[in-house]
Amino acid sequence: MSTTQETPYLFDPANWEFGAAGSIPSFIVTHLYYTGLALAIAILIAVPVGLYIGHTGRLAFVAINAGNAGRALPTLGLVSLLVTMFGLGLIPALIALVILAIPPILTSTYAGLRAVDRAAVDAAKGMGMRELGILLRVEIPMALPLIISGLRSAALQVVATATVAAYVGLGGLGRLLVDGLALNQYDRVVAGAVVVAVLAIVIDLVAEGIQRLVVSPGISGRALTRPSKSFPTVSPTQPRAGTASAG
Amino acid sequence: MITFDGVRKVFPDGTVAVDNLDLELPTGKITVFVGPSGCGKTTSLRMINRMIEPTSGRILIDGDDVTSQDDALLRRRIGYVIQHAGLFPHRTIAENIATVPHLNGVNKKKARAVALELMDRVGLDESMADRYPVQLSGGQQQRVGVARALAADPPVMLMDEPFSAVDPIVREVLQAEFLRIQGELGKTIALVTHDIDEAIKIGDMVAVFRQGGHLAQFATPQELLERPANDFVADFVGRDRGFRSLSFDTAAALEVDDLFSVATGGEVLVLDGAGHPHGWTGPGLGSTSNPTPLGGTFVTGDSLRLVTDLAISSPVGIAVRVDETGRADGVLRHDSLVRQLNARRRRRAEAESTS
Repeated sequence: MSTTQETPYLFDPANWEFGAAGSIPSFIVTHLYYTGLALAIAILIAVPVGLYIGHTGRLAFVAINAGNAGRALPTLGLVSLLVTMFGLGLIPALIALVILAIPPILTSTYAGLRAVDRAAVDAAKGMGMRELGILLRVEIPMALPLIISGLRSAALQVVATATVAAYVGLGGLGRLLVDGLALNQYDRVVAGAVVVAVLAIVIDLVAEGIQRLVVSPGISGRALTRPSKSFPTVSPTQPRAGTASAG
Repeated sequence: MITFDGVRKVFPDGTVAVDNLDLELPTGKITVFVGPSGCGKTTSLRMINRMIEPTSGRILIDGDDVTSQDDALLRRRIGYVIQHAGLFPHRTIAENIATVPHLNGVNKKKARAVALELMDRVGLDESMADRYPVQLSGGQQQRVGVARALAADPPVMLMDEPFSAVDPIVREVLQAEFLRIQGELGKTIALVTHDIDEAIKIGDMVAVFRQGGHLAQFATPQELLERPANDFVADFVGRDRGFRSLSFDTAAALEVDDLFSVATGGEVLVLDGAGHPHGWTGPGLGSTSNPTPLGGTFVTGDSLRLVTDLAISSPVGIAVRVDETGRADGVLRHDSLVRQLNARRRRRAEAESTS
């Protein structure tokens, strides 16, 4: 590890060697692994629950309270509590990150479904779609922008908070923060903060790209801004000649 | 034929939405459910395709109880049009229209062909097929809604206030086109509206509902206007029902006077070389070269209502009749019209008392 005074930690090529243990790339890979795992588990829990609550309208208080409670919960405190329960390791960190990610996903999935035009749902049912078909082919596609925005905000929170893993003896970019503070190497702390921030931005850009691909242009509003040919608007039929005023 | 047999709907809060409804909607005709809000007309409509289940009683379509069938399959055989169209914003126009064929397992290519054919039928340009609902006007969206309901060629159509969310001009156009399409297809249609004029205009039969889910009268539009069953119906159809009932007879039986019969006011009809009427001239009126406008003309196929309106609104109190080529062939004065309407009323009264 480099401790040279001249080159700050972030710009020292020695810290960017691929494959080397303790290098920034290896921290990024571990960090993404924690983030991805926590998000995947959170999605598996929060999306079905959010869909159920949004589709049926039942248990709406769960979605609302989960959102409020989730915002109030200090992750570091939670991790400390979980460590006393499960010991050091991946489990307490993962549980804390999953708990952090569930509220935004759950709340936005629920809100997305609730915001779906009831007339479209009524029409779908009236044309003979079954409940599951209505959910999958009408409600979810229409709710997708909100659902994805929940996923994006969960991803941002998790990628920033996954640094707590280092507090319980794990790797990831949190190592730079924890070790830097312990060694009084503030350039190392700054490097960790900067890389986490850049990672968050990259993840959000990727998510935005995915959103563009999966959300229908009829919903995202892109259909309106696309260059289009002009159409003759439907004109009222001409009143019959000679029958001007009455009717 | 759709039959309501002692149908009653009580909501969980105890509200009686529909009370003991007996009704038969004739096959191939438009039956309009009309009434003030809260009269149970929409509830009655939605019980036909089981969007709402009746508390008691039966609803039969061609003799089959609707509750004996799977609800989703039942609905795929019944066209359904609602007030704000309820289009799927994430799907293109063609995909929206192909919804039910798609549910029935029709392949994509064929479903699209059906969609394009229906777009043509409801007056939408084919080039709109790949647009999204957000790119269409309210009237165009409602056309898509009708096309979507027709896509599986269902024998029965349910329409819940299909024309009330568009402006009056578009509404008139849509109503006229709807009648044209119905003339071609002859579906059995139940249509809900709160607008009595719309009911009279498009209904073959009209069911007037009153608060508490009671059927106040079930009759043809003409009967409704001329012989309302009670004060509620008379009040609901409006004060000018006598005038509006003139819509149901044509001007064919009216006798007209000669074009140049002696006029009391000295007014003279100005014709061009081809015999087309141009306006009136005479004391207090325009000159021969710049005559006072007629305000309209009528042909024998027009309604008595139109003729009466023309006679009333004409600057000289005279309606001008033209033949198919637009040449003036007679005039009808105010007083002559009143005499003939009186005679018509007496004849009808006699016919009724002898029948």
